[in-house]
Amino acid sequence: MASRRPDHPATAQIRLDLNGEQTTVAFAPHKTLLEVLREDLGLTGTKHGCELGECGTCTVLLDGRPVLSCLVLGVACDGAEVRTVEGMADGPRLHPLQETFADLGAAQCGYCTPGFLLASKALLAANARPSRDEIKEALAGNLCRCTGYLKIYEAVELAAAKMRGDEAEPSEETLYGRP
Amino acid sequence: MLPTFAYIRAQSLDEAVRQLAADGARIHAGGTDLLGCLRDRVFHADKLVSITALPGLRGIATGRDGALRIGALTTVAEVAGNPTVRERYPGLAQAASEVASPQLRNQGTIGGNLCQRPRCWYFRGEFHCLRKGGTTCYALAGENQYHCILGGSRCYIVHPSDTAPTLLALGASVEVAGPKGRRTVSLDEFYVLPSADIQRETVLAQGEVVTHAVVPRPGTGIRSSYRKVRARGSWDFALAGVALALRFDAGRVVDGRVVLSGAAPVPWRSREAESVIVGSRLEPDVCRRAAVAAMASAVPLKRNGYKVPLFTGVIEEELGKLGRA
Ligand SMILES: Cc1cc2nc3c(=O)[nH]c(=O)nc-3n(C[C@H](O)[C@H](O)[C@H](O)COP(=O)(O)OP(=O)(O)OC[C@H]3O[C@@H](n4cnc5c(N)ncnc54)[C@H](O)[C@@H]3O)c2cc1C
Ligand code: FES
Ligand code: FES
Repeated sequence: MASRRPDHPATAQIRLDLNGEQTTVAFAPHKTLLEVLREDLGLTGTKHGCELGECGTCTVLLDGRPVLSCLVLGVACDGAEVRTVEGMADGPRLHPLQETFADLGAAQCGYCTPGFLLASKALLAANARPSRDEIKEALAGNLCRCTGYLKIYEAVELAAAKMRGDEAEPSEETLYGRP
Repeated sequence: MLPTFAYIRAQSLDEAVRQLAADGARIHAGGTDLLGCLRDRVFHADKLVSITALPGLRGIATGRDGALRIGALTTVAEVAGNPTVRERYPGLAQAASEVASPQLRNQGTIGGNLCQRPRCWYFRGEFHCLRKGGTTCYALAGENQYHCILGGSRCYIVHPSDTAPTLLALGASVEVAGPKGRRTVSLDEFYVLPSADIQRETVLAQGEVVTHAVVPRPGTGIRSSYRKVRARGSWDFALAGVALALRFDAGRVVDGRVVLSGAAPVPWRSREAESVIVGSRLEPDVCRRAAVAAMASAVPLKRNGYKVPLFTGVIEEELGKLGRA
């Protein structure tokens, strides 16, 4: 694979703050962050979709901001802070977004879910009370083929309310559909 | 999987320029365009030279002359959210906010946005087309619904950038560092039509790095805007777009620029539209005549004839809106 020319080192090594843990990992320099996470670090929660920047399922938080890990080189992340879906729960306690996605049926096949969770997490960190339009805008880079998006938006709204400490319950219509 | 390459993170501009001198060396900024091209084997790289560690290429500052200097590594999201840009150059803020998706705006840089490669699906696909050194433009006889209606010859790409047309409308230039030193290139002269060189989109030579985009101080009475029409609501490249930067005095357009995106292989300045509006109030009939003039020399391909009425409508509407702003 990697050639032996002196400027072609077969491996690159980086240090990461990965979900709060200092991690060192070595890999070939042409690997994407997505591949490093899945193949070299065994974190397969981050999904591999289009690899072209179009679907958003590979979204992770890099230094707090949502990025597409299929278009980030692993070598470019030395010293960075990376958050993946594996880092969302607090031990056995799910993140409020994970809870509401499960409760409201915002995940069906689930392939898009990790990306939506992280993009939503970044949104709520910046904006505790996003409007429906702001949620749509923040999630515009994430595709879902199953849910039709409505339940995803509602799950983000409900999680936002819970995180603010507001009394909030999903509406009957969200849970059971229109009468 | 990406093909293999060496990776160097340059620590100084001099080092970057030196490393880039070799054939097969490519600049890596945000990588959102570059990595897709490498993965799809659009072109090859022996070595990626990352410019992301270079000091002084990040951020937005206003110089003493009132001009805005945007470092090439400033992300598209930072441009979109910058208070000075929003206040003084609303057209640029609007354009940046409509680039790609939120994630890609966090990753993509303004330098990369200006230097990104075309999105023609033959160029990006497994076709050895003219722009890749082949002998045929497959779009001419093929699926050309997203191709150009102005400025095409032998190759019919559209330039994909949303920020380039607004920066061009605002009279911006780029500062470039390269093996022969530094130079400033007006965006009027930065982009290259296929008739001039079919294998590249800009005048940059091997080893040259865009370090800043410089936007002149907006004179009094300047209004700017960007309008983009796309096939999908979530994100997409422009089907048709228009960037305006017009100076008004007592309700009349004194001077200014009308630049189209999604129309031509380069951000396309429509002098035809400009000559209709200069000296006039943007009354409905003036807007209409300017829009028709902008399309007078359009030569649609087999499947993109819809762009002519689309552009006509978009230009007419947007001129009217800016006139009332
Ligand atoms: C799914 C998708 C949708 C997109 N939609 C849009 C859209 O709607 N509108 C739009 O405008 N763009 C769009 N883009 C393109 C994206 O905005 C640009 O790719 C981004 O701004 C490029 O910046 P970058 O830093 O990632 O560039 P890179 O990928 O790092 O570089 C792009 C090219 O420019 C060269 N380059 C980079 N920096 C410099 C420099 N400083 N000097 C000289 N050369 C340089 C590189 O060598 C490379 O060839 C889209 C991209 C994707 C993947
Ligand atoms: S896998 Fe990264 S955007 Fe689809
Ligand atoms: S739940 Fe299946 S793609 Fe979103």
